[in-house]
Amino acid sequence: MEIILDVTDLHIEFHDHDKPETVVEDFDLMLEKGEIVGIVGESGSGKSMSALAIAGLLKRHALTKNGRIMFDGHDLLTCDRDILRSYQGDEISMIFQEPMTSLNPVKKIGWQVEESLRIHHKDMDKKERKRRAIEMMTSVGLREPEKVYNMYPHELSGGMRQRIMIAAAMIGEPKILIADEPTTALDVTIQAQIVELLRKLNKEKGTAIIFISHDLSLIRQLCQRVIVMQAGNIVETGKVEDIFRAPQMAYTRKLIAAIPQIDL
Amino acid sequence: MKKFLSMFKKNKATGKRNTYLIMGTIITGLIVIIVLVGLFYTPYSPTKMDSSAKLQGFSFKHIMGTDHMGRDVFSRVVYGSRITLAIATFTVLIGAGLGTIIGAITGYFGGILDEFTMRVVDAMLAFPSILLSLVFVSLFGTGTYQVAIALGISFVPSFARIVRGEVLRCKNMDYVEVARLQGVSDLRIIFVHILPNITGVLVSTIMIGFNNAVLAEAGLSFLGIGSQPPYASLGNMLSDAQSYLFSRPSYVLGIGATIVLMVLGFSFLSEGMKRWK
Repeated sequence: MEIILDVTDLHIEFHDHDKPETVVEDFDLMLEKGEIVGIVGESGSGKSMSALAIAGLLKRHALTKNGRIMFDGHDLLTCDRDILRSYQGDEISMIFQEPMTSLNPVKKIGWQVEESLRIHHKDMDKKERKRRAIEMMTSVGLREPEKVYNMYPHELSGGMRQRIMIAAAMIGEPKILIADEPTTALDVTIQAQIVELLRKLNKEKGTAIIFISHDLSLIRQLCQRVIVMQAGNIVETGKVEDIFRAPQMAYTRKLIAAIPQIDL
Repeated sequence: MKKFLSMFKKNKATGKRNTYLIMGTIITGLIVIIVLVGLFYTPYSPTKMDSSAKLQGFSFKHIMGTDHMGRDVFSRVVYGSRITLAIATFTVLIGAGLGTIIGAITGYFGGILDEFTMRVVDAMLAFPSILLSLVFVSLFGTGTYQVAIALGISFVPSFARIVRGEVLRCKNMDYVEVARLQGVSDLRIIFVHILPNITGVLVSTIMIGFNNAVLAEAGLSFLGIGSQPPYASLGNMLSDAQSYLFSRPSYVLGIGATIVLMVLGFSFLSEGMKRWK
C-alpha cells in the first residue's frame, strides 16, 4: 500500500511557564491511502495536539516541535507557510468537536461549504462551485441541500451542522481527513449516523481518516488500526481486533473495561 | 427593503415598536431631504445680503429670521448643514476606515506591533479630541477638507480601540480556526471571516462617531478654524450669532436647533440599531 503520511518522532513542548511541558513524545504514525486510523486516549493524552500538528494548526511560537511530518515530499513542521497553506483544506482537512461554534454565524451555509474551493481552485466559476457544494451536501446526507445552501447556521441542528462541517472539509476531496472527536458534542443516535457517514465517504472517495476519540466502542466500529495514547506517549498500537482481543498494556485494558456494557 | 420596512412594525415577541429607530429615521431623513433639496433650491440665496432686513425674527417670509447682514438664516442653515454633514461624513469615513484597518490588523496579529500601536493610541486618547484636531488643523491649515482630515485622524484611535477589542474576541473562535485550516490567508480571515461578525458594534460606533463629528466640527468652526466665510458651516454661523445672543436671541435659535436635531437624530438611530434584532 502507498504511504501518504509519515510522522516520525513527533515531539511537542509548551513554553508557557518557566519549566517546559512535554505534551507529545515520540509520536509515530504511518498512514496508508484510504485507511482509517483511530487515536484513543484520555483527556490530556496528547491526541488532539498530535492531530493539530499534522493539520499544521499549532501556533508557531511558545512551543518547540521536533520530528518530521512528511506529506507529499514536504515536512509540514518546517516547510514554508505557503506550501502548508496550499495543502490545508485541499489535501488535509479537519473537523472539530464543536459543530455549534465551528460555523461562522453571519455567513450562509453554502458560502462556507464553498470556501476552500474559493481558496484552492481560483479558476472555478460560481456555478461550478455551487454545483459541487450541493453535490457534497447531498452526499453527507442533508435533505433539501438547495434550501440549506441559503440558510444561516443558527437555523440548523447540531447534527446538521456537523454534516455541513464534514461537507466543507470534504469538498476539495482531501487525501487525509482528521476528525477530532467529531461526535462528542452530539447525542448517541446522531453519533452513529456521523460514524456511518465517515465510513461511507472513506469508501467512496478513498480519503484516509484519522479518527480521534476517547470512546473505544466508536473506534471499534470505524477503524482498522488504533493508536492508544497516555500522557503524551503511545502506549500501544496495532490492529483494532488484536487490541480488543489481547490488549498488551494495563492502560488499554482499563480503557476497554470502561466501555459501558448493556446486558439485556 | 422588506427588512427595512419591518423595523417599523411591532416586534412580535415583545409587542413593542422600536421607537428610537423610527424617530431617528424620521429626524435624520428629514434633515437629509432638506439638505438634498437645498442642492437645487433654497428660498433665498444663502449669500445675498439685504440691508433693509437685518436681524429679523421668525416670520413666514424668513422662517428662521435673518442675520446681521440681512441674509435668510434658513437658507444658510440648509447650506451650512450640507457642509457640516459632508465634513462629518468624511471624518467618519477616515476615522472608521483607518481605525478599522489598524484595529483589525493589530488585534489579529498581536505581538510587538499591537503593543506599539496601542501605546500610540493610548497617547492620542489621552488628549481631548478637540485639542488633537486643533494640532492637526495647525499642521494642515484651515478649510473644509483640512478640517475633515484633521477630525478624521483624531477619530482613528477610538475606532481602532473598539475594532481591536472585537477582533480579539472573535479571533479565537472555532470558525476562525476552521478557516485557518482551510488554508485561508490571514488578511482574508480578518476582512472576510471576522469583520462581518463585528458590523453590529461597528455601525453603532459609526453613528456615535457621526454625532461627535458634527459637534466637533461645530466646535472647531466656532473657534474660527472650520470652513471659511461666506459659505459657513453651522458652527461658523453659531459663532457669528453669539454676539447677538442677547439683542436677537431668535438668530441663534434656528441654528442651534438644527445642530441639536441633527445630533438627536443620529443618537436615536444608533440607539435604535442597538435594539434592533
